[in-house]
Amino acid sequence: MTQQIKGSSGIIEPDLARRVNLDTAEHDVINPDLTRSPGKGRRRSPLRWIMLAVGLVATLALPWLVYPPVAMDIAAWALFAISVDLLLGYTGLLSFGHAAFWGSSSYVTGLIAINWGVPFPLAILGGMLFAMAIAVPIGYLSVRRTGIYFAMVTLAFAQMVYFVANQLSGLTGGENGLQAIPRSFFGIESVETDSFTFYYAAIGLILLGTWAAWRIVHSPFGRVLVAIRDNPARARALGYDVDRYKIIVFVLSAGLAGLAGGVFAISHGFTSLQELEWTTSGKVVLITVLGGIGTLWGGPLGAAIVVTLEDWLTSSGFEGTGIILGSIFVLIVLLFRHGIWGTTQDLFQRRRKAD
Amino acid sequence: MSAFVQYTVQGLAAGGFYALAALGLAVIFGVLGVVNFSHGACYMLGAVAAAVLLDVLHVHFWVALAIVPVLLFLVGVLMERLLIRWLLRLDPLYNFLLTFGLSLILVDVVKRRYGVSGLPYERPAGMTGQVHLGGIGLPTYSVFVCLFSLLICGVVWVLLTKTRVGMIVRACTEDADRSRALGINVGRWVTPVFGFGIALAGLAGVMAAPFRAITADMGGNFVIILFAVVVIGGLGSILGAVAAGFLVGLVEAYGQAYAPTFAQVAIFVLMAGVVLFRPAGLFGRDETA
Repeated sequence: MTQQIKGSSGIIEPDLARRVNLDTAEHDVINPDLTRSPGKGRRRSPLRWIMLAVGLVATLALPWLVYPPVAMDIAAWALFAISVDLLLGYTGLLSFGHAAFWGSSSYVTGLIAINWGVPFPLAILGGMLFAMAIAVPIGYLSVRRTGIYFAMVTLAFAQMVYFVANQLSGLTGGENGLQAIPRSFFGIESVETDSFTFYYAAIGLILLGTWAAWRIVHSPFGRVLVAIRDNPARARALGYDVDRYKIIVFVLSAGLAGLAGGVFAISHGFTSLQELEWTTSGKVVLITVLGGIGTLWGGPLGAAIVVTLEDWLTSSGFEGTGIILGSIFVLIVLLFRHGIWGTTQDLFQRRRKAD
Repeated sequence: MSAFVQYTVQGLAAGGFYALAALGLAVIFGVLGVVNFSHGACYMLGAVAAAVLLDVLHVHFWVALAIVPVLLFLVGVLMERLLIRWLLRLDPLYNFLLTFGLSLILVDVVKRRYGVSGLPYERPAGMTGQVHLGGIGLPTYSVFVCLFSLLICGVVWVLLTKTRVGMIVRACTEDADRSRALGINVGRWVTPVFGFGIALAGLAGVMAAPFRAITADMGGNFVIILFAVVVIGGLGSILGAVAAGFLVGLVEAYGQAYAPTFAQVAIFVLMAGVVLFRPAGLFGRDETA
């Protein structure tokens, strides 16, 4: 019974947005409109396959185009953003605490690699499982609230993880972080020492994660998520246990964030409290929104832009990265709410309609 | 016993900052439906403004206590007029993201201008010693902070319940659509209320100036604890924000005293408990859940 009462929250939430508006102009919820949700009545056009091919080629060519460690960063942040989008774009939940999963996985991955010296994919698997394990209680508590509250609660829990990691300095190295994380890979030396070869050894994991996200989104489970996003009350009326679906996708999303965080830690060879900080959660939300939510292409696009920009700003000695990132955030939210991918799609659709 | 009283006063003083700032957050949320992420940055601006006023213009703490909230009110008005306003009709998450971006900018601007090391600020004259109550020595400034924040909360409470303006604001908080139907121009109150909320954050910042290290990052953790405060108190509730503010201050102080390892974690455990057993918050109504 309580379950049902709680559920009504979903439809009350958007009403808050209308409080101040003076006329009844239709309001834009954060979710992208249905016409752009994947596969909706759209035949598998050749365009899709072309895009997929271009994406794959770009992924494989990346270390030739940019400095290989930066290429690895782009790939890791891309998967991280995809994990956030799984919640934001496809389930309508803004997690502002995903640094907890990315960061804790980077620590666990590092600890496993340092202490046991196993090949890095195994260490990353350990980190990923840990992230999913802590996502269970956090998800269970957070899905009790929706909308803006969900963002605040996840943010607060992530901060709690940050404080715990800071306290356990014997294990996590406190302010110093974990140094000298080895990159063992079945004794293949070029992978272990050369970041160019390492990229090709690790990109498989990122692609695997992206493929998993694609599978989730295009499965019947994913369709239920979209139904929950668009109308939680109706989804419940149709007999779906909304909270359970939300918890499951939360844990899956945390797993992907953990996978990305593990790759990031191995690639850098160290990890620090910065990966757990709320600014990291904010950065990944920025990447997701900048690229465009509700599309798996948005994350990689946003990651490519933000990581390259940050790298360029740091190397040119400019210290006000926050000013630039913050301004991008403000501009995107004010002017291009569908993100780069979404805005481009809108333009194409408009042109097609005009034809 | 005397130690316990000291911790209590310390906790109430820290709680005073949380209560004042959370009150601002709650009023803004009530009338605009906006969760202001930049509240922590505005708290930081309040403290930095007090330090700069003292350093450059030799403005005394007591004067700063009056001037800075007015300055922050203007900052709030500008923010609302230039940015927040455009997104009020959309999902509240957009303004959450907008104010997050804004706080990144504010923090970095202050960091570039004043560096990362703390700005100095001395306790105002007459506030350095201790007061003795029943044989227990308490730091005067902490006692002042407790009493002053209680006073401000009381004044705001009287404003909200006894004056016409307050009644309008409460009506807008309660049910904006019905208030509009009753002929209240809700849109007119949006800007001043936002400015007022920001001014409260600034006031908390000035009071924290002699107490805490004044750095550009001081608002980061503060705003997250504020979110925990309003989740505990119930976001729609003004009384809840104040009560939870003091409660969180106490939990933090007792935690620091008796279990220093888990002082900050304790706040979030408290929040987890509230979310688990009373999702709407201690003072929130179920429908705001």
